[in-house]
Amino acid sequence: MSGQNNYIEEQERETGKLGMWIFLFTELFLFGGLFLVYAVFRAKYSADFHAGASELNALIGTLNTVFLLTSSMTVAMSLIAIQKNNINLALFLVLVTIVLAALFMMNKYFEWSHKFHFKLYPGSEVMKNLPHGELLFFGLYYMMTGLHALHVLVGMVLLSINLVKIKLGMVNHIHYLLLENSALYWHLVDLIWIFIFPLLYLIT
Amino acid sequence: MTQEEVHISSYFSHAVVLVLLLTLTTISVLVTGWHLGALTVAVALVIASIKAGTVITYFMHMKFESLFLKLMVAGVFLLYALVIIITFIDYLLR
Repeated sequence: MSGQNNYIEEQERETGKLGMWIFLFTELFLFGGLFLVYAVFRAKYSADFHAGASELNALIGTLNTVFLLTSSMTVAMSLIAIQKNNINLALFLVLVTIVLAALFMMNKYFEWSHKFHFKLYPGSEVMKNLPHGELLFFGLYYMMTGLHALHVLVGMVLLSINLVKIKLGMVNHIHYLLLENSALYWHLVDLIWIFIFPLLYLIT
Repeated sequence: MTQEEVHISSYFSHAVVLVLLLTLTTISVLVTGWHLGALTVAVALVIASIKAGTVITYFMHMKFESLFLKLMVAGVFLLYALVIIITFIDYLLR
């Protein structure tokens, strides 16, 4: 009997993970569409895109890349920890991931408020008077980084739920699908940033 | 228990992967300063793709997943590549 139960559990884990991957594919095409729009407009208005990108803070972008790459490692390590039944280490690593995500959001806050200070936000007079290509660049900048930041927030909520469930023993070394899928989601957030960073911040 | 069949990665390998990713990020930032012109985008995209591939292979455990999932992921990326290529063919030959 027990062998059969384990078989069913293993099947559940596999299908659960497959479902998560299919969801990630839809996310890929959501951002993929934006990257496509970016690529076409960049080909058309390359001088304006260079001018727009030179106004972005590459240092903040680089710092945020370091935060996200490191957080991707810590969440991947938390999965190893839970598989090895090392609860305290898993809790610690998930917490570190959330802290790194918060640091990312803090940087994003400073970055955006700096632009808002110069009235550079969608719909403002300053933005309307920009050359057409720069208007498109900043429109895409806000859309892409904004949608990405929304995903970071969702990831933080997911990881916080994991934190509570690990603490309560509901996520453990046998049942860790929630943490595994949350980690996959978090890696996707990292993957998208890996492309946003050079395309928006590093084209000067 | 089927638990034994699940591949558990090592902490060390993840740390090595992070060092690799951070090194690639540094290269990506440095290359921007070299003023390679049109090549800059190409280099940036190649480095980003290597980073993405590394994250998928090791952090997302694709290396240890079933052939079915591997083919699915490869298929979706191929589909996205086709969408880009077809859009650009349409855009450039208009």
